[in-house]
This record gives sequence, C-alpha cells and structure tokens, in this order.
Amino acid sequence: MTPLRIPHIAPSEITPVAVWQSRRTWLKQAGLGAVALGVGSVLPAWAESGRAPLKATPNPQYWLSNKLTSEKDITSYNNFYEFGTGKRDPVDYAEAMQTRPWTVSVEGEVAKPRTFDIDDLLKLAPMEERIYRLRCVEAWSMVIPWSGYSLATLLKQVEPTSKGKYVEFTTVVQPDNMPGFNDRVIDWPYIEGLRIDEAMHPLTMLVFGVYGKILPNQNGAPMRVAIPWKYGFKSGKSIVKIRLVEKMPVTSWVKTAANEYGFYANVNPGVPHPRWSQATERRIGDSFFAPRVETLMFNGYGEQVASLYDGMDLRRYY
Amino acid sequence: MLVPNWTAGQVARFKPAIFLLGLYPLARWIWLGFTDGLTANPPEFLIRSSGIWALVALGLTLAVTPLRRILRQPALVRVRRMLGLFAFFYTVLHLLGWAFWERGWSLTSMWQDIVQRTFILVGMLAFVPMVALAVTSTQGSIRRMGHYWRDLHRSVYAIAALSVWHFWLVRAGKNDFFEPYVYGVVLAVLLLIRVAFYVRSRRDGAA
Repeated sequence: MTPLRIPHIAPSEITPVAVWQSRRTWLKQAGLGAVALGVGSVLPAWAESGRAPLKATPNPQYWLSNKLTSEKDITSYNNFYEFGTGKRDPVDYAEAMQTRPWTVSVEGEVAKPRTFDIDDLLKLAPMEERIYRLRCVEAWSMVIPWSGYSLATLLKQVEPTSKGKYVEFTTVVQPDNMPGFNDRVIDWPYIEGLRIDEAMHPLTMLVFGVYGKILPNQNGAPMRVAIPWKYGFKSGKSIVKIRLVEKMPVTSWVKTAANEYGFYANVNPGVPHPRWSQATERRIGDSFFAPRVETLMFNGYGEQVASLYDGMDLRRYY
Repeated sequence: MLVPNWTAGQVARFKPAIFLLGLYPLARWIWLGFTDGLTANPPEFLIRSSGIWALVALGLTLAVTPLRRILRQPALVRVRRMLGLFAFFYTVLHLLGWAFWERGWSLTSMWQDIVQRTFILVGMLAFVPMVALAVTSTQGSIRRMGHYWRDLHRSVYAIAALSVWHFWLVRAGKNDFFEPYVYGVVLAVLLLIRVAFYVRSRRDGAA
C-alpha cells in the first residue's frame, strides 16, 4: 500500500512574483508581448496559426512557474482518436471538423436542462487564463496555458438535483469529418465522466482557448474539459453533451480496457499501468538526453483535491 | 522459360546496395532529427520506429528462403546474413532506447520492468536468442558448429513469433491491432510457405 502522499508545493509557485516572472517568460516565448501592452492585433504567430485571439485574464490562483510547453508541441502532439490513433493524426485531419454552429446540451438530473449555443458559453463567465500541468496516462506531460472558466459555473446554471451524482461528457460525432471512426478502436461516441464533487471542483475547467487564442480543432475545439489532477484521457474534447446522471457512467476507456484504465484515473505514481510505470514522466520539449521527471501524486494538485478521495483505496479505484 | 541461375558472385554484387538500404531507417532518423521531424516526443518515436524496422528486417530475412525456392535462385542466401544482422542491429537500438529513455540505464529498474510486464518479458525472450544467432553468424561458426548451427538458427521462427506477440501486446491496451495483424499475417505466410515446401518434398520423396 502506498500512503496518500501530498506533495509539497513550493510557496514560490503561488506568489505573485513567480506569476509575473513566468508570465513574462511565456509572453516572450509566444511573442505576444505586444498584445499584453494592448498594441498588437495581427501578429505573425496568429497569422500562421490562423486562430483568433481569445481575451482572458490571468488567474494567479492557477499559475505555475514551470516552463510552458511550446505552442507547436501542444497543438501537434495530440491524442484525439476520432482523427486516428497517431499523435500527428489530429493536427493533420482535424481541420475538417465543423465547430460552428455548435451547441452543448446540459441535461439529465438537473432542474433546468438547457441547450447552450457555443457563443453563449463563451460569454457565460469571464475568461480566465490558467496554467495547468497535463499528465497523459502514456507517461508524458506538458504545461499548458488554457483559457476558460470552472465547469461549476456552467453546472450551477442548470441546477443539478440530488440525483445528479455523476457527470457524463459526450464528444461530438462527425463521421464524415473524422477519419478515425473507421478504426473502431473505441465504441463511439467518446464518453468521459466525473463524480459530481470532482466536476464541481474549481480546478475542473471548461476550456475554450490555449496560448491566448481559440482552441485549435485538434485540441478539442470549440470547447473541452481540463481536469489537471487526472490522466489526460479524462478531459474530453469537443464536447456536445453534458449529462448529469445517478449511476457511474461507463466511460469509453473503461469499456475498452477496464484493467488498464479506471474511472477515476487520478495521476498516481504509486499505481503502475499494466504496461508501464507511472512513477516518472517525459516532459514534452525537454532536451533529447534529459532525464525523466518524477510524477507527483494527483499531478501536484494534492493540496486541492486529495480530500475528495479520503478513505478511498486509490490502488483499487485507479 | 527459366532464368539462368545467379552465381554467388552475382548476388554478392548487390550486397553494398542492400547494405545502404539497410541503413535507410538510421539515415531517416538523423535527417528527421535535423529537420525537427522526430515529433514532440523523440524518445517515444525512436523506440517505436526502431522496433518496427527490426520487425521489417526480420520479415525480409525470413523471406529469403521462400524466395530462393520460388525463384529457384539458391544463391540469394548470400544476402540473408546481412538482413538478419540488420534485424539484430535495429533490435539492439530498440532495446537501448528502452534502457536509456524508459529505464535511465538502471539495471534494477530494467529487471523490474521485465518481471512486471508481460510485453517486456516477451520482447526480452525474443532478444536473448537473437544475440546467440548474431554471435554465431560468422563463417567460422557455421563451419565449427556443423548441424548444430542449423538447429540453433531455426530459433529465428520462435524469435519472429515472439516479436509479433510483443508488438501485439504493446497495442493491446489501445485496442489497435491493425499493424500487429499485418506483421502477423506476413510472418504466418512466410512460415506456411516453408511448411508447403516441406510437405511437397516429403511427398515427392515418397513417390
């Protein structure tokens, strides 16, 4: 048994100094300095990626001093099996996905079910920029500046009832635009889910943008989820339906290989995947000969989320 | 109409070309390395790529004997050792990639991986006899070992089966079996051709 280890988070990770230092660093990296000064509108970086800016205010509560993963790596190394199982398939094929018109139906065990237009969701709450670690179950990781707001903001709008114990996320199905559907690797559509307390946790984020611009399709445009203390596959992309349910949803990877992927999928260095260790990870963008990075319990978010799992055997509920 | 038999010397003339072709994967990695083409996760790319090329080279090695028979060109055997050694070469790189990037050169950590994970164990079971085949691939060994050499080198069939099994296990968690199937079918065909030739020679011998 591995005891629940709550990692020590250095104070520097939350002090405003680090916030501004790291912000400066990434502004330089992204070449967005001019925008921060309120000057730029058409910078070469945007022209190249062809994505519109998405105005968001940095939230110092969710800030990290880690070096950001490059925008290129974040947007060209993806798992999005609807476009194929290769890491480059999403960036190569996702352009065909239609992201307008787009609606998100929030339904199930709620007092006020409602279908939201994506443009309403973009205006539902102030856009925050948060830097999150992303830890993939495949033992690689990134540090990503997402733009969006807490999922709880949306869920409060529909008023979950006492029967709404879980939240189920459904990813869009566009067979004509998504070549990966031929693979039958997964029984489409892609389903993910959270317990209601996990979904209401402020860290659980609805994401509309990355690196200060709207999400590219391969990263789950126009709206995805980001749950930084869980393995990446828990964070569904291109969401069209959010359903509150009483019973634990059968999520896609549990259905495909329950012995390898659990419903909880909390980042846990002490519980190995059947085919590889989860004790360390490769930080994408690190140099060729750099050693692997130690994986942190709950991906370093233990202070915020460990209490959600008090008394649970995380070896059993992996 | 029969093509005249190639002599050993004629076949040997192609060896430099085959050698260069065998270096193609290595050259490609170096090229990709300098052109930012090794994906965002170069270690993963290189480990996977070397594994695939090792399988390809193994398949080509196993294709030599059926081709000799079908084309009636026994001299083709002259390129078999080189193909086999390329399979070994890419397998060694595959293994070194795992040892370094996945296990940080730690022998304890490697051993743990082997005993804890079936797919690593299966891969290792394929690798160990491969070392024996590579070491005994010299002309001198063939001479010294006599018929034992043939028996030992028949383990290549087990190596091939274990390699495909290893690949299949790797993809099992992703439920993505297309490529392992392709390699499995190619391997099965190459082995079945041998069985067919064996059965025919038995029958002809009996008649």
